[in-house]
Amino acid sequence: MTGARTNTLASLRGNIERIEAHGEAYSPRRVALGHADADATLQGGLALGAMHEVFAEAGRQSAAATGFVAGLAGRAAATKLPHRPLVWIRQDFTEIESGAVSMSGLSELGLDPCLLVTVRAADVDSALRTAADALACDAVGAVVLEVWGGARQLDLVASRKLTLAAQASGATCLVLRMAAEPQPSTAETRWIVRAAHSPPAAPWSAWGAPVFDAQLVRNRHGPVGRWIMEWKCDECLFGKPAAYPQPVAAAPAHRPHQAPARARGSVFKRSGHRFA
Amino acid sequence: MVTGSREENASKQVKAFSEPSIVVARQNNALQIFALDDAAARLGLDVGLPLANARAICPEVQVYDADEAADAHALNAIAAWCDRFTPLVALDPPYGLFLDITGCVHLFGGEAAMMRLLCGALTAQGFAVSAAIAGTAVCARTLTRYAHGRIVRAGEEADAVRPLPVSALGAEAAVVTGLRRAGLKTIGDVADRARHEITARFGAGFTALLEQALGQGDAPISPRQPLPDYIVEKRFAEPVATEVVISATLSGLAAMLVAAMAQQGKGARRLEARFFRTDGAVRTIAVDTGQPVTRGEVIDRLFRERLDALSDPLDPGFGFDLIRLSASRTEIVVQQQRDLDANVHDNDELAALIDRIAARIGGKRVVVHLPQDTHIPERAVLAAAAQHHLAAAAHAVWPARAEGEPPLRPLRLFERPEQIKVIAQVPDGPPARFVWRRATHAVVRAEGPERVAMEWWRAENAALTRDYFRVEDEAGLRFWLYRDGLYDREIVQQEGRAVQPNWFMHGLFA
Repeated sequence: MTGARTNTLASLRGNIERIEAHGEAYSPRRVALGHADADATLQGGLALGAMHEVFAEAGRQSAAATGFVAGLAGRAAATKLPHRPLVWIRQDFTEIESGAVSMSGLSELGLDPCLLVTVRAADVDSALRTAADALACDAVGAVVLEVWGGARQLDLVASRKLTLAAQASGATCLVLRMAAEPQPSTAETRWIVRAAHSPPAAPWSAWGAPVFDAQLVRNRHGPVGRWIMEWKCDECLFGKPAAYPQPVAAAPAHRPHQAPARARGSVFKRSGHRFA
Repeated sequence: MVTGSREENASKQVKAFSEPSIVVARQNNALQIFALDDAAARLGLDVGLPLANARAICPEVQVYDADEAADAHALNAIAAWCDRFTPLVALDPPYGLFLDITGCVHLFGGEAAMMRLLCGALTAQGFAVSAAIAGTAVCARTLTRYAHGRIVRAGEEADAVRPLPVSALGAEAAVVTGLRRAGLKTIGDVADRARHEITARFGAGFTALLEQALGQGDAPISPRQPLPDYIVEKRFAEPVATEVVISATLSGLAAMLVAAMAQQGKGARRLEARFFRTDGAVRTIAVDTGQPVTRGEVIDRLFRERLDALSDPLDPGFGFDLIRLSASRTEIVVQQQRDLDANVHDNDELAALIDRIAARIGGKRVVVHLPQDTHIPERAVLAAAAQHHLAAAAHAVWPARAEGEPPLRPLRLFERPEQIKVIAQVPDGPPARFVWRRATHAVVRAEGPERVAMEWWRAENAALTRDYFRVEDEAGLRFWLYRDGLYDREIVQQEGRAVQPNWFMHGLFA
C-alpha cells in the first residue's frame, strides 16, 4: 500500500472515530438547573450549545411545557454576563391554539422580556430555517422553536442541522413541541412535561408557583428519570417543591449509565434504535 | 419632456386589423367616441361623436369599449419603463408622462438621440407616441399636441408655442370655447392680450398655465417615486437571464453603492433593486434594514435572502437589460469604537440577524415587546417591529414582580378571550366547575377576584369590569378566568329573571 493511500485511510479512520466516539470527547459547558437529583442525572446540568426537546403531549399541557422551556432558556441565558438575547420562533396559529407567550407572564417568572425577540413564522419550513439562522449567530444565547402538532419537516436531518448549528455557535436550541408525539431526533435530552399540583398548603397561603412533572425520556449521555420540579421565580432556579410528598412518580432509572469508551453505531442509527 | 401616447387602445388593435377602429365610452348617457385610430380619423370621425353617427358614416368600423382602469395601468407600466431614462417620472393622466431629464441626457447621446430611443421603443411596442423637449413641463406638453419631436432651446419657448391653437394648452373645455368665441385662436393671440383681462375672464389658473407654456414660470412636477439618495446601475448590451449573472451583478452594484455612500459617511436603511426586462416589464424588490448598512456583503446577502424567499419568483423572461440598485433612505453612520467586552459587536450581530430574517419572512414578523402603561392584560404589551425598535426594547422598563408571590399573570395569554361555561357556588364567587373546549375541569383551588376596571376615558362602547380568578383544576392545570361584569351593578336582573354573567378563559399559567 502506498504512503498516500495509508495517509488517506488513516485520516478517514480518524474522521469516523471522531464521529462515533463523540461521547468520549463530549464535554460541553453545562448549567445547573438547581434541582439536585436532576443535575446529578444530567452530570452537572443542561448542556449548552446543544439541542433539547420538550414535549407537551396534549394541547392543554402546553402552558406547563412553555414554562419549563422558559425556565431552561432562562438558565441557559444566565450563564454569561451581559445576558444574551433569546429568540423565540413560533408559528402564527399557535397564538390561537394555546395563546401567545405573554411578556408579563415571563417577567412574573423572573425572566427579562427586554432580551426577547419573537419571530412569527408562517409555517414549519420557514420556522426551521429561521431557527438555523438564529443558531448560527454568536450573539444569541438561546433559541426556542415552538412547533404545534406533528411536523414531518422536523426529521432527523433537520434536527441534525440544528444540533450542528448549536454546537458551532454555542447557542442552546430548545424545541418546544406541543400536541406531538416524540420522534427520533438528535436531541441531547428529551423531556415530557406535564403540570403538577401545587403543593398542599393552607388555602390562604400563596400557591400557584409553576410546578412541573418533568420526565426525562432520553438523555444521550446518561440515564433518564422523572422528577417533580418547581420553578422558583425569585431565584430563577428549578428546585424541589417544599412539602411535596416525593417521589410522586417512581423515578425509573432503568437505563444504566452508558460506558462512554465503547464504540457505537452511527449517530442516526443509535438514536433511532433507542427510540424503538 | 412629455410623451403623449394617445389612441393607444385603438392603435394596438389596428395593427391586427387595419380597419378603422374606435373606442367608445358612455358619456352623458350616450355612447360616444373616446379614442380612435388614424384610419378612423381619415374618415372624418372625431372624439366626442356619438357611436350611432360613426356607424352611419362608416358601417364597418370596429368598436371597442373603453377601459379606463386598464389605460391607467398601461400608463403606469410605461412610466415604470421610463424609469430607465430618469428617476423623475411623473404621470399626467389620462395619457401623458413628464420626464425630468435634467442631467441625464449625456448618458443617451444627446436630447435628440434620447427622444428617438424612447419613441422608437414605445412605437415598437405598438403605442402611438408624440414627444417634445422644452424648458418647462407645460410648454413641452403643449408642443406634444401639435409638434411631435420638437426640441426647444432655453428661452425660445414663447416662439415655439405662439402659433399653436389654444386647445393645445390643455385647459378646460369651457375656457377653450370661451377663447375661441372671443376670437383668440392661437396661443400667440392670447399672449398678446393684457394679463389682467385674461385673468378677469378665465381665472388666475389659466393665466399661470399660459405663462408656464410661454416659459415665463415653472411649476414642479410630482414624480411617482421620491428621488433615491444613491443610484448605481448596470446596462447590458445582451439581456441577462441566468441567476449567476444576476447575483454577480447585484454584488458588483452593492460594492459600488457602498463605495459611493462611504464617501459621505452614509449607510443605507432601505434598498431597492429594480430589474428592467427587455419586454418593458419592471420588477422592484425592496429590503429594509434596522441599522444603516455599510458593507457590500451585507447588502448582497440581504438580497439573496429576499430573492430566495419571493413567493412570486423573479421571472427574467427574455432577460434583463438594466439592473439598478438604489438606496432610497440613508443615514449618517456613527462609527463606534469596539469595546473589549464586545457588547457593541453583539448588538450589531443581533441587528444583522434580525435584518436577514426580516428580509426573508417580512419585517412585521420579527418583533420585540414594549411595555404599555395600562392595566388591561391584552393591551399591556405592544409588539413592535424589531428592526426599528430594538434599542427601545433593550432599555424598556418592565414592572417588577412582587417578591415571594407566585406568578400573578399567565404565561400564555389568549389574544381573544374564549367564552366558557361556568358553575359557581355563589353568583359572585369563584367557579366550582367549568367547561373549556369541550372538556370539563373541576376547580380544586381558586384565588380572586382581582378586579380590573376598563378604561372609561377611552372606551367607545363601555366594556364591563372584569373579575379575574386564578384557578387550579384536579389535574394541576392552572388557568386565568374572568367574569365579565360586576354582579348586581353591571349585571342586573331583567324582567325579574337573573341574567347569567359571561365567563371567559384568558390565559394559562405554567
